Amino acid sequence: MQTAQPKSIQVKGLQKTYKQLHVLKGVDFEVEKGSIFALLGSNGAGKTTTVKILTTLLKPDGGTVTVGGFDVASKPDHVRQSISLTGQFAAVDEILTGRENLIMLAKLRHLQNPRQIADDMLKRFGLTDAADRRASTYSGGMRRRLDIALSLVGQPQIVFLDEPTTGLDPEARIEVWKIVKELAGSGTTVFLTTQYLEEAEQLADRIAILHEGRIIASGTLSELKKLFPSAKVEYVEKQPTLEEIFLAIIGKKEAM
Amino acid sequence: METVKKHFFSDMGVMLGRSMRHIFRSMDTIVTVCITPIAMMLLFVYVFGGAIQAGTDNYVNYLLPGILLIAIASGIAYTAYRLFLDKQRGIIERFHSMPIARSAVLWGHVLTSVVSNAISLVVIILVALVMGFRSSAGVLPWLAVAGILVLFTLALTWVAAIAGLSAKSVEGASAFSYPLIFLPFISSAFVPTDSMPRVVRAFADNQPVTSIVEAIRALLSGQPVGNEIWIALAWCVGITLVAYIFAMRAYKKRV
Repeated sequence: MQTAQPKSIQVKGLQKTYKQLHVLKGVDFEVEKGSIFALLGSNGAGKTTTVKILTTLLKPDGGTVTVGGFDVASKPDHVRQSISLTGQFAAVDEILTGRENLIMLAKLRHLQNPRQIADDMLKRFGLTDAADRRASTYSGGMRRRLDIALSLVGQPQIVFLDEPTTGLDPEARIEVWKIVKELAGSGTTVFLTTQYLEEAEQLADRIAILHEGRIIASGTLSELKKLFPSAKVEYVEKQPTLEEIFLAIIGKKEAM
Repeated sequence: METVKKHFFSDMGVMLGRSMRHIFRSMDTIVTVCITPIAMMLLFVYVFGGAIQAGTDNYVNYLLPGILLIAIASGIAYTAYRLFLDKQRGIIERFHSMPIARSAVLWGHVLTSVVSNAISLVVIILVALVMGFRSSAGVLPWLAVAGILVLFTLALTWVAAIAGLSAKSVEGASAFSYPLIFLPFISSAFVPTDSMPRVVRAFADNQPVTSIVEAIRALLSGQPVGNEIWIALAWCVGITLVAYIFAMRAYKKRV
């Protein structure tokens, strides 16, 4: 069933309603293979709902979603083979050690040599010294690193990161950014959501702004910057920051 | 699909291994589950026992089945608690976004519940032996007792799964077990139901704990079991089926 598909993710007319609440009102976007895509939006914009649908945790109410060449609604098992999800809260097992967490995930992915895989991951994420301590003793940054390491067991082609740096200190945030850049460098597609404009600016090849259930703007950073009338009559030429673009676009939509 | 189905048992094995580690690393859960029933057993045998007319010369023998059910009712609260934490911390979501048999996640918790409750029950029976519990039952009646206890554990575990999956807070996840722990008190677990007022007696005679207690008591004392065992089994299987349906519904709704 797999068609020649240059896009890792294709979303067309995606709708989702929770009881009375119309969370997604026709979302469209595409993500190129091997790129970093940032879905930007304020709290409650529908970012997590979108991630949950793309990772087969929720069923869409309308529209089509293809991830890794498979439809999420009709072929969820095929989609799960090629993705991994790092949710908003570091979903590590706190009672197990870092090593045990990794071995468990390797076993669940039915890989050969779970211990070897765990050792490699611990090394790659700088957790070797803490490998045999329970995850409950880890700092926020270490926990997030373990969380991302767990997601990368089995080398999924498409990695979903839902607000990967929320609640992290600046140092840990930069570490996570480094990991994300390395991932994309090795050909993995990264889909991340964030409410930090700087994060999208730093990492993403393409950015889509989700606001009140719709994508109100999308493109590369420079394309988004063009949408904003550039500054005039100033002694110092000032480029708009992504934050200004974001607020300006949202303000415009609300005024309409 | 096929590959996912094929891995159900290995996935469930991983899940079982995981939550058994949880139990052995927090032995306090087993101690907590054992301590209350053992304390009750001591209280009823050495404090109230002398005044209770149960029509038996060995009150420990009379009491033990009810104590075991109380232990199960408090033990399954931890299953609700562990399920709730997995749900709240996004661990269930992590598993569900992976190509594994989804129901293995839930079954892992259910099997863990059966194993950990079995450990608690063995500890309590050992204490009862020290307190003078004696049974003339042979291997087959003991196996039947074990079977009933496992079925009762399964039934209550599925009830616990509903609570753990639909609770909004940790307290809510385990609060449901209090009425279950109380149920044996309004049954023939501690005293015969004849002395109870008519309404209470009607309830006591027709609630699941009485038939289960009577069946286990008869099996352990080598008496003929009669109809009680079939009523007991019907309760266990009935509760399991109904709770399983609702737990699965809650499980699918949550994810």
